[in-house]
Amino acid sequence: MEDSRLKLGKHSFNSRLFVGTGKYQTFSLMKEALEASGTEVVTVAVRRANIGGKAGESLLDHIDREKYTILPNTAGCYSSDEAVRTALLSRELGISDMVKLEVLGDENTLLPDPIETLKATEILVKEGFTLLVYTSDDPIAARRLEEAGATSVMPAGSPIGSGQGVLNPNNIRIILETLTVPVIIDAGVGTASDVSIAMELGCEGVLLNTGIAQAKVPVSMAKAMKLACESGRLAYLSGRIPKKLYANASSPLKDF
Amino acid sequence: MQVTVNDEKRECSDGTSVAELLEDLGIDMRYVAVEKNRQIIPRTQFNEIKLQESDTLEVVTFVGGG
Repeated sequence: MEDSRLKLGKHSFNSRLFVGTGKYQTFSLMKEALEASGTEVVTVAVRRANIGGKAGESLLDHIDREKYTILPNTAGCYSSDEAVRTALLSRELGISDMVKLEVLGDENTLLPDPIETLKATEILVKEGFTLLVYTSDDPIAARRLEEAGATSVMPAGSPIGSGQGVLNPNNIRIILETLTVPVIIDAGVGTASDVSIAMELGCEGVLLNTGIAQAKVPVSMAKAMKLACESGRLAYLSGRIPKKLYANASSPLKDF
Repeated sequence: MQVTVNDEKRECSDGTSVAELLEDLGIDMRYVAVEKNRQIIPRTQFNEIKLQESDTLEVVTFVGGG
């Protein structure tokens, strides 16, 4: 079945799996996992450069930018000011016009602060970013972010790094019915079926990091996530049968 | 003179440019963005912008993240 490419601003992608670059034991393991995942978009974080020591290996030396589009995030920001500052700095690195806006509410849940997220969205839209916005699975918050001009709205399936999967598929369905911009599940993916569930619901993509990076065998988990993303998407496009309470025989009913 | 880089005090000589300071600090200039006194300095101006006493610099780069 033919599928359209996922469009985000001026970018478009075949792969609908976005993969983070955090928590890998080595750069070479990360590289192999990215390759196995088939991703075309990889996320990175913005942090202070090391001073004084020997200039160590840079993450970017291990990411083929011909192959992957870099999606910087504002992870670790707890106010709109901080997030806007981080986004502007990330753009200044000259590698990407995209940013994943993440404004967190507290350290235990890592859930987004909806008010600060909206404020930062309004500012970064004016700044001309291709803006992907991390949010909770609250349909109203998602709608407000779309109205503010987000390129994509990224509800968490469950808390970041929790591996709990998509906890409230009903909210995700409402978000999908309400929004016209691409909805990408960001956070909470633990295993392949979580990705499939998100894609079967009709999400345009899934972003994950820990589910691959902290798996016992990250490279094969990356492949599992790739297949799950493709199979979930295909199932969505193929149109599933409705759920029914009673049986419906597959074999012809006996008539002799 | 003294400047502050990522919250650490550093000594440098008068007339030091941003590029020279980054080099002295062993920072890989290909992958950094720099703020001076909370204003972003475009990469193209790293060579020409000179530091002044008590300037505060923030130097960031990309690291692994999700």
